[in-house]
Amino acid sequence: MKSKLNINEKLVDSCRTSARKIGLDVQSFIDTSSTVTVERTICRLLGVDGVDYYEVPLPNIVIEALCDQGIIEQGSALFFGRAMLMTGKSPIDIAMMIVEGTFDFEKLPEYPFDVIMGSLDASVNHSLQRIADNRHLRKDYLNEYGDKTGALLYVIVATGNIREDVVQAVAASKQGADVIAVIRTTGQSLLDYVPYGETTEGFGGTYATQENFRIMREALDVTGKEIGRYIRLCNYCSGLCMPEIAVMGAFERLDMMLNDALYGILFRDINMKRTLIDQYFSRIINAYAGVIINTGEDNYLTTSDAFEEAHTVLASQFINEQFALLAGLKEEQIGLGHTYEIEPTIKNSFVYELAQAQMAKEIFPKAPLKYMPPTKYMTGDIFMGNVQNALFNMVTTITGQRIHLLGMLTEAIHTPFMADRAIAIENARYIETAMASLGDEIMFKSDGLMANRANEVASSAGRLLDTIEEKGLFDTLSQGVFGGIKRGEDGGKGLDGVFVKAPNYINPFLDLMLSELKEELL
Amino acid sequence: MSGYSLDKKEFSKTLDLSHILPYGDTMNDGKVQVSFTLPVKNDDKAMEAAKQVAIKMGLFNPVIALSKSLDGTFTFFVIYGTMKNSVNYDEIEVTSLKSETMTMKEIDNYINEEIGRKIVVIGASTGSDAHTVGIDAIMNMKGYAGHYGLERYKMIEAYNLGSQVENIDFVRKAVEVKADVLLVSQTVTQKDIHVQNLTELVEMVEAEGIREKVVLICGGPRVSHQLAKELGYDAGFGTGKFAEDVATYMVKEIKERIHQD
Repeated sequence: MKSKLNINEKLVDSCRTSARKIGLDVQSFIDTSSTVTVERTICRLLGVDGVDYYEVPLPNIVIEALCDQGIIEQGSALFFGRAMLMTGKSPIDIAMMIVEGTFDFEKLPEYPFDVIMGSLDASVNHSLQRIADNRHLRKDYLNEYGDKTGALLYVIVATGNIREDVVQAVAASKQGADVIAVIRTTGQSLLDYVPYGETTEGFGGTYATQENFRIMREALDVTGKEIGRYIRLCNYCSGLCMPEIAVMGAFERLDMMLNDALYGILFRDINMKRTLIDQYFSRIINAYAGVIINTGEDNYLTTSDAFEEAHTVLASQFINEQFALLAGLKEEQIGLGHTYEIEPTIKNSFVYELAQAQMAKEIFPKAPLKYMPPTKYMTGDIFMGNVQNALFNMVTTITGQRIHLLGMLTEAIHTPFMADRAIAIENARYIETAMASLGDEIMFKSDGLMANRANEVASSAGRLLDTIEEKGLFDTLSQGVFGGIKRGEDGGKGLDGVFVKAPNYINPFLDLMLSELKEELL
Repeated sequence: MSGYSLDKKEFSKTLDLSHILPYGDTMNDGKVQVSFTLPVKNDDKAMEAAKQVAIKMGLFNPVIALSKSLDGTFTFFVIYGTMKNSVNYDEIEVTSLKSETMTMKEIDNYINEEIGRKIVVIGASTGSDAHTVGIDAIMNMKGYAGHYGLERYKMIEAYNLGSQVENIDFVRKAVEVKADVLLVSQTVTQKDIHVQNLTELVEMVEAEGIREKVVLICGGPRVSHQLAKELGYDAGFGTGKFAEDVATYMVKEIKERIHQD
């Protein structure tokens, strides 16, 4: 595709090279360490699920026990391998023994590495197969129904009650939504465990639990069959349990996950070491499950100025892209985020938004870009809000964004009513039909407002990436470059759940998934 | 439906403040528009149900401008109708804040001269609210729509804790930094949870024994000064208020309290 904005290719290449170096620098740290949620994820992958009498998830009980025993540094896989050899029991039965206090850690013998790996083989392959089966099933559905070209209309449900969410999601699907995202309840990202079972109470959203995932998946499959379309399901793989949510999503065939490398650090004050380790394994799982990840750069512009800080979005997209590639994601799975947030009263605000969106599309041509609607300047004036959303929809259509998060006219007032969603879908469908070929028909002036704007933003992003490369990502985050938010290397939540791996540490899932993903890429 | 109303207008067309009605295009015509969704199939029976809903709202001659299926069993309506129950405007009393808003510079000078030390302000979007728009508009250096936020004021030490801050953490931080002013923002809330959340904060501030020491302010699109007072706040700021409005109020309130002591 020829650039419509004359974007300097050398500049783009150099941005990518810088981002790669930034990513590799952090990766060398990531490889040395693990976290409690990574280990709980391994428990889940070995079939340990459920809660005890006090509703504490079994993976938490197991990992806390390993911490207390001082053997967490070897990883939970090694423990389970040895425990299975000792008891002849399955991982879930061993977990139950730990819950009941009947597992004797003192007696746990040493075994040769190969023998331990051999004892894990069946459980490991079983889970990998389950995830692969889901990946194939998604492909079969998409082959059967065909996949939509152009933008996928993405709407949110947020009632707090999974059963009510289903009603809203089914209605939205029938109105034309292609992706349903179930917003999580407030504060779930700060829980260091994943709640269990079906839930009907939440604040501002619904708990992400594996059972809730299953309930929504089932409902969307039924509706999809009825209307002959595959409805994608999205949730939030962020917070203190990134890889656990990823594996729950992989087991229940979620199709998209919010999964940013930096979001938790900046916007939830989660420790940066913790998040960077967690995002790595979570992204490997998402890659293996065929999930499209969505990154959260849009958030920078809701706290900072969208016009002045546009380059931070681009710089972060480059970094997020490299972290994603390092975790085995294909470009087609990397839904980089950006947003329509320039103040509406700025002259040519639409033109600048168009330039930014076109630029993102040209720099990341294979990525299914996730484009977010106006929120910051949405007000109680719902009539004006519908116009703001229409302009946003036009940019989406003209520049060919793939994941189109629909703006709600009541954005500033309440979580969407059913009718709000219908109005948003109608707005988007009108514009995508009316302007279907407009993007192909138009060129932009080679030294016009848009080309100049795009190149300015790209140059600033390049300079920022150079600085980050020089200082390293950890230092940069402590200086408030992204979203104007400063985070210290040892500050934030969840640092106590980070540990350095012992020399005999293993994570067979990570190793097997990654080697399969890399083989596929070759 | 024709766009022209051919009804004979048999009502007084003179403005009477003791009997005001909504205005469409003629004084006292009482015209209103409403929209809502009913959980039933879109058919004649649904239309009749929607009309009855409108009548129960106090609308005469409701006209259904739109009835649209949202799903098999949900229908969206837009209805126009006429109200006859008027409101006595003359008798309405509201408590609203009356103070001349000062500029940033004036406020800094005022603090310097009248209070004589920096004042400490902490703000957050509390409880389930993930939106930082409101608190950022008031506090961020950059501010909103050309109005600089409190972080830019030389005589104000501002702490913006961001969104989804639990009330307990908010109060703890207020004690820690010896805050003079607590700003709470509630932007988007579900099922009126903002009222419950705002009330809880007042209770906690009282339990900590700092209620008398701090100026407690809430803000957001669904907050009015009246509601704020009812909930036990010193003041409330709704849509269209900027950092200067909030800062003017709080510095005068602090001055007044110093004076009383």
